[in-house]
Amino acid sequence: MHDPQVMDSLAQVMIVGQIASAIAVMTAVTTTFGQSRIASHAIDAIARQPEARGPVTTSMFVGLAMCETGGIYGLVIAILLLFANPLVGHFMRLMEVGL
Amino acid sequence: MDLNIQILGVLRIGSFELWITESMRNSWIISAVLILFALIVRIRLKHFTEIPKGFQNAIEAIVEAFDGFVRGAAGDKLAYLGNWYFMVFAFILCSNISGLFFLRPPTADWAVTFSFAFVTLILIHVTSFRYKRWAHVKSALLTPHWLFLPINIIGELARPVSLSFRLFGNILSGMILISLLYGLAPPFVLYGLPLVVHAFFDIFAGVLQTYIFCIVSLSLIGVFAGGKD
Repeated sequence: MHDPQVMDSLAQVMIVGQIASAIAVMTAVTTTFGQSRIASHAIDAIARQPEARGPVTTSMFVGLAMCETGGIYGLVIAILLLFANPLVGHFMRLMEVGL
Repeated sequence: MDLNIQILGVLRIGSFELWITESMRNSWIISAVLILFALIVRIRLKHFTEIPKGFQNAIEAIVEAFDGFVRGAAGDKLAYLGNWYFMVFAFILCSNISGLFFLRPPTADWAVTFSFAFVTLILIHVTSFRYKRWAHVKSALLTPHWLFLPINIIGELARPVSLSFRLFGNILSGMILISLLYGLAPPFVLYGLPLVVHAFFDIFAGVLQTYIFCIVSLSLIGVFAGGKD
C-alpha cells in the first residue's frame, strides 16, 4: 500500500514542477527581444557601411550567442524540472520505503 | 531516439565500474569516420601537386578558410590553436548533424560539451600564462583587488559552464522537439514536415552552434593571451 500523504505530496511536487518549468521557459521572451535589437542594429550598421559587413556579422553572432545564454539557462532549468526533478526522485524513494 | 541516455554495458575493472553509454558509442562512431577521412587525406597527400585541382583544391580551401577564421578571432600570434580547434569543429559539427543518421547526438550529453569547454578553460589560462607569466595571474584573479579573489575564481569556473550549456541546450532542445514531432504528430503530418524541422534544428542550428562554440572559445583565448597584434 502506498502512503496517501506521500502520494499527495508527490502530486503537488510534480504540478509545481510543471508550472515552474513553464515559467522558466518564459525567459525566451526577453532573450528574443534582446536578440532582435542586436540583429536590427547590425543591419543598420551594415546599411550605413556595406564594406564592414564581415566584421559586423561576426560580432553580431558572438553577441547573439552571449545573449542566448540566459535563455538557454532557462531552458536547461525547465528540462531539469520536467525530466530530472530531484524532489520527485526523493518522494519516489519515500514511497518505496513505505511499501 | 530516446530522451534518456541509454547505458549499453558496464565494464568492470576491479572494483571500478566504467559505464559504456550511448553517447560514448556514438562519439566512437563519429571519431572512426573522421579518422578514416583523415587517413584518406593523408594517403592522397603523396599525390598532391603544386597547382591544386579537384579533391586537393577542396582540402586546401577548407584548411585555409579555417586558418583565416582562427587568425581573425584569436590573432596571428595564436594561429597554432587552429590545430586543436579544427578537430573540435569537425567533431562537434559531425555530432550535431548525426541526428540525421538515427544516432543520438553526443553533444546532447552535458558530459561531452563540458569536457570540450573545460579544455577551453585550461587553454585560456595555459596560453595566457605562457605569454604574460605572473601578470596573467594578477590580471585574471586579483583584479581589482585581492579581496575579489573568490568572486574571480567563481567567474572563471562559470565560463565553461556557460559555454557548454549553450551548445548542450540548443542540441538537446532540437532533439526533444524532433522526438516530440515523431512521437505525437498524426501520421499525415509526417510527410514533408520532418524535412523542414530536421533542416532547421539539425543542420542550421548545428552548424551555427558549432561556429559559435569555436569563435567564442577562440576570442576568449585571444582576449586573455594578449590580444591581436
